[in-house]
Amino acid sequence: MDKPILEVKELKTHFLTDNGSVPAVDGIDFHLNDGEVLGIVGESGSGKSVTSLSIMQLVGQPGKIVDGEILFDGEDLVKASEKRMRQVRGGKIGMIFQEPMTSLNPVYKIGNQLVEALRIHKKMSKDAARKRAIEIMKLVGLPRAEDLMNDYPHQLSGGMRQRVMIAMAMICEPKILIADEPTTALDVTIQAQILDLMKKLNHELNTSIIMITHDLGVVSEVCDRIAVMYAGRIVEEGETKSLLRNPQHPYTKGLVESIPDVRYKKERLYSIPGNVPTPGSVKKGCPFAARCAFAFDKCSEDSPILIDLGDNHRVRCLLHEEENGAELLQTSMK
Amino acid sequence: MSVTASKEDANVTLEAKSVVSPWKDAWKGLKKNKLALVGTGIVVLFIMLAIFADFIAPQSYKEQVLPDALQSPSADHWFGTDDLGRDIFSRVVYGARISLWIGFFAVLVSAILGSFLGIIAGYYGRWIDMLISRLFDIMLAFPSILLAIAIVAILGPSLQNALLAIAIINVPTFGRLVRSKVISIKEEEYVTAAKAIGMRDSRILFHHVLPNSVAPIIVQGTLGIGTAILDAAALGFLGLGAQAPDPEWGRMLSDARSYITQAPWTLIFPGGAIMLTVLGFNLMGDGLRDVLDPRMKN
Repeated sequence: MDKPILEVKELKTHFLTDNGSVPAVDGIDFHLNDGEVLGIVGESGSGKSVTSLSIMQLVGQPGKIVDGEILFDGEDLVKASEKRMRQVRGGKIGMIFQEPMTSLNPVYKIGNQLVEALRIHKKMSKDAARKRAIEIMKLVGLPRAEDLMNDYPHQLSGGMRQRVMIAMAMICEPKILIADEPTTALDVTIQAQILDLMKKLNHELNTSIIMITHDLGVVSEVCDRIAVMYAGRIVEEGETKSLLRNPQHPYTKGLVESIPDVRYKKERLYSIPGNVPTPGSVKKGCPFAARCAFAFDKCSEDSPILIDLGDNHRVRCLLHEEENGAELLQTSMK
Repeated sequence: MSVTASKEDANVTLEAKSVVSPWKDAWKGLKKNKLALVGTGIVVLFIMLAIFADFIAPQSYKEQVLPDALQSPSADHWFGTDDLGRDIFSRVVYGARISLWIGFFAVLVSAILGSFLGIIAGYYGRWIDMLISRLFDIMLAFPSILLAIAIVAILGPSLQNALLAIAIINVPTFGRLVRSKVISIKEEEYVTAAKAIGMRDSRILFHHVLPNSVAPIIVQGTLGIGTAILDAAALGFLGLGAQAPDPEWGRMLSDARSYITQAPWTLIFPGGAIMLTVLGFNLMGDGLRDVLDPRMKN
């Protein structure tokens, strides 16, 4: 369980534009253990999706991985050839996307799209691939699998399409499933079903999952560990329970406090002031300093480093270098 | 869970009944558009004329009966006769064969060539896009008929060369159309999803990108056939296309132009045939655009 299947080391993905290089992902480290569900959380623009596309080596122009390693089972994917990557994609690492409405090709029947991965990776015959496709559709909880094979994507509801996407990603039994905001476009009841399904896949097939989301509710539901990203970096990392109960970074604390709770009627929901800075705009100091309620002089000068707090909990905040910093964090944000 | 599933189930069966394949859907939409139906009717009529010309034409298109020269339309010669005494009705009927043949094949060649170049340019971008797009720009900078004349002048005047010339001058139109479509399609999530299951570029191009850009190609193709027929007639008129005694409509106009005052029927009928076919293809093309272009829906 504790053997990492995926290790990302010092990954830097920059977008090389005419106005200079924009660091969307600016040196992140994390690992994914075998059979684990890791959540990567952050606001829009914090670099979550670029991270997942980097793992698949699918960052489009003008994006480029400028530094770092992505070790999958010990093999560095950054250096892997395009041919090797094609074997990894879909075969070893599956991926699902945010928009089930647009992730399926509208002109092909579901069945044809499902068997595609099998034909690529397993060189299966048409009949065998069809059988396997029906099997996997049943596994992901799609009713009337045989009929659905002949349906077009527009005939399916959003939830069913996301199940098809998951089936497509899982059909070759990859070791890792990267889910990029898999439930964002779905309504709440379907969201819960999809999350249940992902948990089931994790338990039954021992698939390791990277769940990318901005929804802390989703991560608390399914993830073993959480990494919080901010402005292209990981600012806090830890096991789900300890991280959510006892956030050690002001940003994580802000995120946790801005979750609405249906049981209590608060006067106002907390919101973190301001926006994520555009990548590369913060040259000096902590990128969160401008929005941070606890910021002090040092924050606009020094770049914080990742501090190990023990129990797999790590945080990138200057407060923890101060004497009374940790206690200060316990005070409310309001 | 089970409740929602069965509800979804019911929804799908309900939808499945009303939703038919995209092509049947397009045909249904086309049937509602009266003008497009008229256009389709005209096109079908001319296709029939072309296929069954041997049975429909009462006389040979090249047999000269000099004593009967320049006769006005009558029961014997529905459209009259030309200066060499040939039956104009028969010539117009056989002419449909030539014009449609040129129209279809010129468009087919330019659609295939244009799509191929457009896909490469749109998908790969960068210098190859630069190269192909500038080539298109240069070709479009010439008045198309002038370019066609130049090409035929190099290759020598004949029907095949006219077809080739028309095909070449239409390549940029298809190329640019497909390129712009591909640029928008390659950003679609299903293309990223296809990459994410390990599909190779060539397969993505021909299995995901091309089928999704086929609708505008069909529309442009239908409209393009009309233009191609017109261009072929122009080349024929200039003596650069079909050679005598081939009953090409443009050629017929050119041969008959000195008789315009004494025997106007020698021009009216081939001219009318050109107009009618081009009109047919344009109406049909417009109708197809309305049903195939999702932006025009609703």
